[in-house]
Amino acid sequence: MDDKTRRKAALVQGMRNGIPIGLGYFAVSFALGIAARNAGLSPFQSFLSSLLCNASAGEYAGFRGIAAQSGLLTMAVMTFVANARYLLMSTAMSQRMDPKGHPIHRFLMSFFITDEFFAITIVRPGYLEPFYHYGAVLVASPCWALGTALGCVAGELMPARAVSALSVALFGMFLAVIVPPARKNKIIAGLIPVCFVASFALSRLPLVSRLSEGTRTILLTAIIASAAAALFPHEKETDEGKEGAEP
Amino acid sequence: MMLYAYIFVMAAVSYAIRALPMTLIRKPIRSRFIRSFLYYVPYVTLAVMTFPAIVDATQSPVAGALALVVGLLAAWFGAGLMPVAVLCCVTVFLAESILR
Repeated sequence: MDDKTRRKAALVQGMRNGIPIGLGYFAVSFALGIAARNAGLSPFQSFLSSLLCNASAGEYAGFRGIAAQSGLLTMAVMTFVANARYLLMSTAMSQRMDPKGHPIHRFLMSFFITDEFFAITIVRPGYLEPFYHYGAVLVASPCWALGTALGCVAGELMPARAVSALSVALFGMFLAVIVPPARKNKIIAGLIPVCFVASFALSRLPLVSRLSEGTRTILLTAIIASAAAALFPHEKETDEGKEGAEP
Repeated sequence: MMLYAYIFVMAAVSYAIRALPMTLIRKPIRSRFIRSFLYYVPYVTLAVMTFPAIVDATQSPVAGALALVVGLLAAWFGAGLMPVAVLCCVTVFLAESILR
C-alpha cells in the first residue's frame, strides 16, 4: 500500500514536469514534420516515426536519408550515429537502476530515453523511479508524435516563407544542445567551428560533395570524434549528467 | 512500402541503442578512448548536421546564416531549447521579409 502511494505520487510529479517538455516537443516536432513531409512521408507515417523513434536528430537524419533514398544499411548507420549519445545516457541510467526492481522497467524506460527525459530522471537522488519517468512520458510523448503529424499536414498549407522560417527550428534546437556545454568545455568549444568548417568543405568540394549527406555526417563524426578522443581523452565518468553529481 | 521499411529500421536501431546498455551493461565502460569518443560524438554530429544545412534550408542563404549567428549567441547566453528555436525562426522570417 505504501509502495503504491509512492509510485502514484512519482507518476503525478512526472506528469507535472512533463508539461513544459511536451510544449517544447510540440514546437520542435512541428518542424520535424515539415522535414518528414519534404522526405515524402504521409502524416500517418510521420506520426508513426515519432511514436516509435522518439528522437529529434535521429529522426531528422532518417528523413534526410529517406529523401536521398539511401540504402537500409546506410539508414541504420545514420540512425545509429545521430542517436549515439543515447548509448551514454542509457549506460549512465543502467548504473542507477534499483537491483530489486522488475527487469521490465529497463526495457520500458529505454524506449523513452531522450535528452529531456534523461535530464529530469537522472537528477533525482537515489535509484531511478520508473513511474516518475513514465509520468513525464505520458504527457510529453504524445505531444511529440502529434506535433510531427501536424507539421506534416500543416506544412502543406503554409506559405513558403513560413516553412522556410520553421525549417530552422531544429537547427536552433541543435545549437541549444551543443553550445551550453561548449561554454564549460574548451575542447567542445573548439570542436564546433572545426565541425562547421569541415562539414562546409565536404559539402562544397568536388568529388566528396557527391557523397550523400548522411555518409558525410558519418565520416566526419567518426574522424573528428576519434581525433578528439585520441588527443583530448575525456576523464569524467558521468558526462551527460550536466546537472549531475558535482556542481 | 519501402517507407515502412525505413521507419522500421529507424525504430529498431533507435530502440537497440537505448535498450542494450540499459539491459546488458552492469559495469562502467573501461576503455578511456571509447568513453571519450562517445562523449564527443553528440556534439560533433549535431554541429556537422547544423552547418551548412541551416544555410541551405532557407529560401535565402543570408537568412539562414543570420539565424545561425542569432542561435549561437542566444544559446551562448543561456537561452533554452524553445527560445533558441523560436529566435532562429523569427530571424529567418524577418530577414526574408526585408530582403525581398
